[in-house]
Amino acid sequence: MRLLYFAWVKDKTGIAAEDVEVPGNIGTVAELIAWLKTRGPEFANAFEQPEVIRAAIDQAHARHDAQIGGAHEIAFFPPVTGG
Amino acid sequence: MIRVQTEDFDIGAEIAALKADRTDIGAIVTFTGTVRDQDETITEMTLEHYPGMTEAELARIEKEAHAHWPLQASLIVHRTGTLKPGDNIVLVITASAHRDAAFDAAKFLMDYLKTSAPFWKLETGPSGSKWVEAKEDDTAARSRWTAGKDAAE
Repeated sequence: MRLLYFAWVKDKTGIAAEDVEVPGNIGTVAELIAWLKTRGPEFANAFEQPEVIRAAIDQAHARHDAQIGGAHEIAFFPPVTGG
Repeated sequence: MIRVQTEDFDIGAEIAALKADRTDIGAIVTFTGTVRDQDETITEMTLEHYPGMTEAELARIEKEAHAHWPLQASLIVHRTGTLKPGDNIVLVITASAHRDAAFDAAKFLMDYLKTSAPFWKLETGPSGSKWVEAKEDDTAARSRWTAGKDAAE
């Protein structure tokens, strides 16, 4: 599964994109975030406050209770600030 | 139509292109967002975005506006990359037969763009760089369009 990070989430993880093998028991965005937090201090820091992190599954906004099964690309980012 | 680009845009040229050879348009509204440096704390603003999703979201928002209002034409242009105070960031043009639809749709497009299009602003000034935080006001502005219907979104 391809994971993407934007804005300060990217700054904190130190990477913009990666391909990862997500454990099979992870079903939702929230569970994926909880798992990511265990991958090292950078990830623990980036996802310290999961409630402020927004997610997109295959380039569409997704809630934290959304199922990730079958997704090709999941992105994590702060609330958007364009316009 | 939607466009994401690093180059500046020419508002007059965009309006001319949008209404070329058409006589069914009676009202054109434009909104331009520019880089603000009210307190002389910003020397640069960098717009990051999510290529692919950005275009998809802008197209979705535009389609929604056309579903709500009788628009003859519309255009959203959003710049990315590093900009300076005073530079253009975003252009929204809406065209309709009568003014109300164009005014309302332009506001709707901006309210939605600001809360759902995946852009992030990084401000750079003499004391370093920081990511701009999302405003509660923007979420409230967007909710005016959904109050009472798809509030779960």
